[in-house]
Amino acid sequence: MAIVSLHGVTKTYPGRGRDSAEVTAVDDVTLEIEQGDVFGIIGYSGAGKSTLVRLINALEPATAGRIVVDGVDITLLRERRLRAVRGGIGMVFQQFNLFSSRTVRANIAYPLKLAGWSKADIDQRVSELLRFVGLSDKARAYPEQLSGGQKQRVGIARALATRPAILLADEATSALDPQTTHEVLELLGRVNREQGVTIVVITHEMDVIQTIATKVAVMEGGRVIEQGDVFEVFSRPQNPASQRFVGTVIKGIPSPAERAALRARHDGRLVTFSFRDGDSSQAQVFLDLAKAGLDFELVYGGINDIRGRAFGHLTLAIRGADADVDAALRTIGVHADVTELADDADLANGEVR
Amino acid sequence: MDRLVELAPEFWKAAVETLYMTAFALIMAGLLGTLIGVGLYITRRGGLLQNRVVNGVLELLVNFFRPIPFVIFIAAISQPLSRAILGIGIGINAGAFGIGLAASFAIARIVEQHLVSVPPGIIEAARAMGAGPWRILFTVVIPESLGPLILGYTFVVVALIDMTAMAGLIGGGGLGAFAQIYGFRQFSPVVMWAAIILIVLFVHLVQLLGTRLARVVMRR
Repeated sequence: MAIVSLHGVTKTYPGRGRDSAEVTAVDDVTLEIEQGDVFGIIGYSGAGKSTLVRLINALEPATAGRIVVDGVDITLLRERRLRAVRGGIGMVFQQFNLFSSRTVRANIAYPLKLAGWSKADIDQRVSELLRFVGLSDKARAYPEQLSGGQKQRVGIARALATRPAILLADEATSALDPQTTHEVLELLGRVNREQGVTIVVITHEMDVIQTIATKVAVMEGGRVIEQGDVFEVFSRPQNPASQRFVGTVIKGIPSPAERAALRARHDGRLVTFSFRDGDSSQAQVFLDLAKAGLDFELVYGGINDIRGRAFGHLTLAIRGADADVDAALRTIGVHADVTELADDADLANGEVR
Repeated sequence: MDRLVELAPEFWKAAVETLYMTAFALIMAGLLGTLIGVGLYITRRGGLLQNRVVNGVLELLVNFFRPIPFVIFIAAISQPLSRAILGIGIGINAGAFGIGLAASFAIARIVEQHLVSVPPGIIEAARAMGAGPWRILFTVVIPESLGPLILGYTFVVVALIDMTAMAGLIGGGGLGAFAQIYGFRQFSPVVMWAAIILIVLFVHLVQLLGTRLARVVMRR
């Protein structure tokens, strides 16, 4: 059963000033997050993803729609009950938002105090969490004495203190350098695997989704324009915006500019073969081309690994008689996705990637 | 110099009066001003307990009284009020009361400003953990802004000492009045400067203490 489900959820804000139209931050969003998922929500800034995540723990009330968290429709609850719901959902932030007046230990203890734990239980739990995030030696330090990565680890420990079933990560790695980003994602992955915590990751970096997520929803203009299994979305993005995001981390079908560059350097017909784990074989493609007696070279692309499944797009420059090439492509087309890249003249006709 | 020695009892009495008025006013303004400041903060738009009516009333109150020059304030407002509340409109207590009242409005603004400067993200983090508004105020917002708040109070104390000089107007006494009466009007620079130096010394000590305390709280 879904641990979080949103049905037709909309959030509008009153416009600023008189007569200005209201702003729709989240527009009729429906999605299901399963227990144990690492659910990525990606979009550019202003796409509504930060608002969406704040609807899940009711930091913002929804304007319309139903939000069911762990079996309870939270849109029906009063503020006092919502506080209890929030206590059961951890949240980490881009800017960490640690209490600067408290030590690392006291930061992590804060939610436990709120939840009314005894001092002995708090001490034990905090030590356990410090060990889990590898910061036992920093217990007495203040946030300003920590590096960005350490701060975020404290943020994660604090968010996990009350053993929540759900962790919301709002651009949790966007303020970190690539190395630290990797460490923090690693830690989130461990939280998911070892403690079975369902994680919702908000990000504008496809890299983050690729590294950690199992499911992904792409947001644009307040709407979810595409969602599904990460492998599916990465290997076959349907929507132009999704394709742009996927394109930031995956060398797919070359863009018009890239085609022009390729054409300048290589003779022959440019053809992209798309492979997905299970449904096609690279070896077969090369074998077919060789059988047809064609001359070819690999000019662009690569093979990617997502959660242990591979897919990729390889662009070849193929040289030979047109009829032979056509015949070979037809044979290959039976078991692989084949995209012949249009000529430059066609590209000029306003083709948009 | 001989005159100063002659006036020594008056001088020390004035010094004690200044300290008394400052302490009285600080306690009064500290409580009342903090209360108003916190009220302004929590009821402001987007605040912890947003409330337009309460906020509007508090804004009006502060904006009405704060711009009145203290010399006029003490005569026009605090004297009748002091007579009503303390039963006496003149003297050291009335003076301290006037100072405390006037300083409350200044403290209210200082408190509000420092509370507002707590990053909203930190408050959001506390909300996300399930903390209610009062809890957030007392366990997050106030501790987070404590360092700057202490510096703000220190600033006000220095202003209070300055105000005590004017309490002489309604017979409040203190070093300011002493410097006026025995120094300035009797053409005795030594007497006047003795009072000035002691006032400066007080201010300096208070500032030192405040800075130290803020440093400890802010750990820098």
